Formats: sequence, structure tokens, C-alpha cells
Amino acid sequence: MEKRVTFNERWLPYLLLGPQIIITLVFFFWPSGQAIYQSVLIEDVFGGNSKFVWFENFAQLFRDNSYAHSAQITVVFSFLVAAIGLGISLLLAVMADRIIRGATAYKTFLIWPYAVAPAVAGVLWGFLFNPSVGIIAWMLQGIGIEFNYVINGNQALLLVVIAAVWNQISYNFLFFLAGLQSIPKSLIEAAAIDGAGPGRRFWDIIFPLLSPVGFFLLVVNIIYAFFGTFGVVDSLTKGGPGKSTEILVFKVFNDGFRGQDLGGSSAQSVILMVVVIALTVVQFRFIERRVHY
Amino acid sequence: MVENRPFLTLLSHLVVLIGVIIIAFPVWMTFVASTHSQQTMLQSPIPVLPGPHLIENYTKVLTEGYGRIGNTPVLMTLTNSMIMALGVALGKIAISITSAFAIVYFRFPGRMYFFWAIFVTLMLPVEVRIVPTYGVVASLGMLDSYYGLIIPLIASATATFLFRQFFLSVPDELTEAARVDGASPMRFFWDILLPMSRTSIAALFVIQFIYGWNQYLWPLLITTKESYYTVVMTVSRQANVVDGVPSWNLLMAMAMLAMLPPVLVVVFMQRQFVRGLVETEK
Repeated sequence: MEKRVTFNERWLPYLLLGPQIIITLVFFFWPSGQAIYQSVLIEDVFGGNSKFVWFENFAQLFRDNSYAHSAQITVVFSFLVAAIGLGISLLLAVMADRIIRGATAYKTFLIWPYAVAPAVAGVLWGFLFNPSVGIIAWMLQGIGIEFNYVINGNQALLLVVIAAVWNQISYNFLFFLAGLQSIPKSLIEAAAIDGAGPGRRFWDIIFPLLSPVGFFLLVVNIIYAFFGTFGVVDSLTKGGPGKSTEILVFKVFNDGFRGQDLGGSSAQSVILMVVVIALTVVQFRFIERRVHY
Repeated sequence: MVENRPFLTLLSHLVVLIGVIIIAFPVWMTFVASTHSQQTMLQSPIPVLPGPHLIENYTKVLTEGYGRIGNTPVLMTLTNSMIMALGVALGKIAISITSAFAIVYFRFPGRMYFFWAIFVTLMLPVEVRIVPTYGVVASLGMLDSYYGLIIPLIASATATFLFRQFFLSVPDELTEAARVDGASPMRFFWDILLPMSRTSIAALFVIQFIYGWNQYLWPLLITTKESYYTVVMTVSRQANVVDGVPSWNLLMAMAMLAMLPPVLVVVFMQRQFVRGLVETEK
């Protein structure tokens, strides 16, 4: 879509675009270029010299067990975050959509976790499950479950999933609710007149009509789990115990800053960039389709 | 709903209510912990109802800080977070609205290249290219400064798209009328376009304020001086002190203060928030 009426100015548009373009070049293109450049170099341990090694860094990554392990954890983690998060928020949205009285109050109470920083969310859940003073850990102990995320890897991963889901639930809820409210009431009424009960109406009408929103949210949640959960992991577990919660985006940071392995970290950055670009393309293709409908 | 089913309505209320309670529980416990003394918070089970030390704890963290790795008064970190969040939100809006104006209302060579250059940034979250970006900021001498905290984060493809979409929906007649009356492009921008964009600006502001406030990794990396610490990173840092037992009451008071501003923004600007969330995803 283009404007029919435009202004004729020679320099003004460049001036207007200037700030955004300069920031984009300096803080996006330059570092990304450097990441790509460094991903094909190996730096001397003593600094100074670096050697061009083609794809050696990548090859090394793919041979590296800890990278495969991290990738595997990331996949499990994103699957759990997306599945649990979407499940709970869909349930809440369907129920909230039925409620006429008090609906806005409920909505207010469900949307605010979005405003809590992931890093703070991590601290909050860490407190609840803290092995010595955590109230939930204490309750679990009461029913015979020893919960100690500081030493148990699986429990640590579970806790990171819970905190991440909690943080993202309002977002999913709002989109599901908007999706539900855009379904024409006449369809539901027609089905009701034909004798379909609430359950039948949900599975045969509402659920299929909601699937575009669901798919969109799935992609958004995977992107979130991949890249938006750094704060949760860093303030809860720092990737530990062992490496049981070291998701890919945490590993990039860890190898680059703590391990000082610039080549390896850059290669990881490049791989993650490819993943984000692929996910974003999927998201956009899908949105374009929705617009055309 | 289409029919009256009292049982289902009751069930809906029940499910949503339980959801609300579970979602609010962590924050309730945080609040409770922030109102007790340090001793009470050291023995399990901890209380689930507020205690008498609210004012004492909050005054202490706000003015003195809670010192394990240095004493950073929370008042200072809150101010830094506020500067960063406002800077990021207003900065994003300012540079995006002018770039969208340029792209929509002018024809000039390279227009589409610029458009795509901005578009690509959508795909590269800070976390992914963190190491080289740190290098760039360091070599520009922007570590430990508000510029370093704000400027690298203000390029925004989503905001530019949002304004572009909106400008495309503005009727051409307005532009024509402005031109007939002899208004310059900037006059048109200030007097017509900007006032018309109010609702979009408000919606974006809410989303970007939260984004700026909640930044964690970025301030963590580029600040080494306490005078530039933000509140979110301080909370997480203090929670992860390796040796010794954290003073939970003070830590949780800090966490409450770190959550309060963005949560208030969401609650009081709910309509703009929902609008912003839905629109930035288009």
C-alpha cells in the first residue's frame, strides 16, 4: 500500500530516518557482522593473533556433547513452556469468556504478571521453592516430596518452566480471550439450537476457529522460551545444577563472557540468529495469510 | 452465554478464581515476607500473613540499600530504572515515528532499502548477539552511562511498523488540505499527524516502558559502577549471593519495589496496554 499524496523534499526524509538508521547500523548490523566474522576465526589463547579457520568453530560445536545437551534441554524446555502455558491460558480464557458479571475484574487480576521482569519472576519462584524457607518446598515436604532445585537437575528445570509460564500467561490469556470474543455469537447459538452441548460446541466450533490464534501463540511462545527467558534462568539456577538448565541463549552468554571463547560463542550466536530468523519468517507468513482471509 | 447453565457458570467462576489465586500467590508471599523481621524469615514454615515490620523494612532498603555486595540504596536503583525505562520508551517512539513519517510520506531513492534494514532488526534480539554488541558499546566508550543503557535498545522495527500502518490509514485529503494551505511537511507532522497518533503513542509507551524497565542482561553487562545499577538486576544479584543466608525480608521488599511501577502502569493503563500488545504483534 502506498500513499497517493506525498511531499517533495530532497533531504528531509534522510534526516528523519537518520537516527533510526544510524542506531540500526551501529548496534545491529555491525555486531551481527562481527559475530559472523568471529565465528570463522580462532583467537590465540594469549590474545592478539587470530586465525581464519573456515567452519572449524561450527564443526567443533556440533561435535561438542555439551552443545548437543544444551540444544536438547532447550527443546524440552520450550515444548514444556509452550504446552503448559497455552493449556492453562486457554482454560482460563474459555472460562473467563463465559463469565459476564465481574469479567473485567478477573481480567485485571490475570494480566499483571506480564509486567513483572523475568529476572524478578525467577527470584519470586526461587523464594517459594527455596529448600530451607520456601513455603511450597515446605508443603511438599509435608506430603513426602523432597524438593531441592539447588541439587536436583530435573526439579530445577521444572521450576524454571513454572516461572517462565507464570510470566507469559497473561500474554497468552489476552490473545485467547480476544480470539474467543471475535467468534460470532450466532454460530454458537445455532449450534445450541441444534442441540449441541457446551463441550460439543467447544470442540467442534470454538476450538477449530481458535486454531489460528493458537498457532500464532505457539510460535510466539517458542520464541519467548528460546530468547526471552534468560532472566528467569540466570536469577534462578545460573544454568545449573551441573548443566541441567543451560538453555542455548544462556550458553552463548556463558561461553562468551565467562569462558572467553569468542569464536565458539560467535558461532552459537550465528546459529541462534538463523533460528530466530526462521521462526520470524514462519510467524510472518502466517500473519500474512490471516490478513488475506 | 447462549443458555442458562448455573452449574457451568459456577464452575467458570471457580476455575478463574483459582487461576487468579495461583497467579497472585508468589506476589502475596513476597509481600508477606517483606513485612517480617529477618529472624522470622529464617525458620520454616514462614508465616503466610503480613507482619509488623513493613515500614521499617521498606525505609531501610529505600534509603540504605541492603548491603551484601555494596550498599546500593533502592531509591537510586529505582531512579536509574525509571530513567532507563522512560528513555527507552520515549526514544523508541521518537525515532520510530519520524522514520515511519519519512517512509510513508516521501518518495526518495533507497526508501525500500531503509525499510528492510529496519525490518531485519526485528529478528535479532539482544540476547543473541550479546557478546559483539557489548564489544561495540565498549569501544564507543558507552559503558557505565545512561547513553549505553538506553541508545542500543531504542531501534525498533515493531514501533516503526505500527506507525507506518497507522499513517497509511490517515486519509489523503488531510495531506492535500495541508498542502493547499501551504503547510510544510514538518508543520503537517506536528499539527496533524502527531495529535492524531495519540492513542498509538500511548499504547506503545506502555509496552515499551515495561520492556525498558524489565531489561536485565543488558544493564548487568554494561554497568560496573553502582550508581548506574537498575533495580531489576540488583534484585537478582542480591538473591544469588553465594555465601551466607540472604535477608529475605529486605530482599523481598526490594522485589516488591522492582515490580510495583510496571504493574501499576499495566493496571492503570489497561486499555492502552491491551491495545499495545495486540497492535505490536500485527
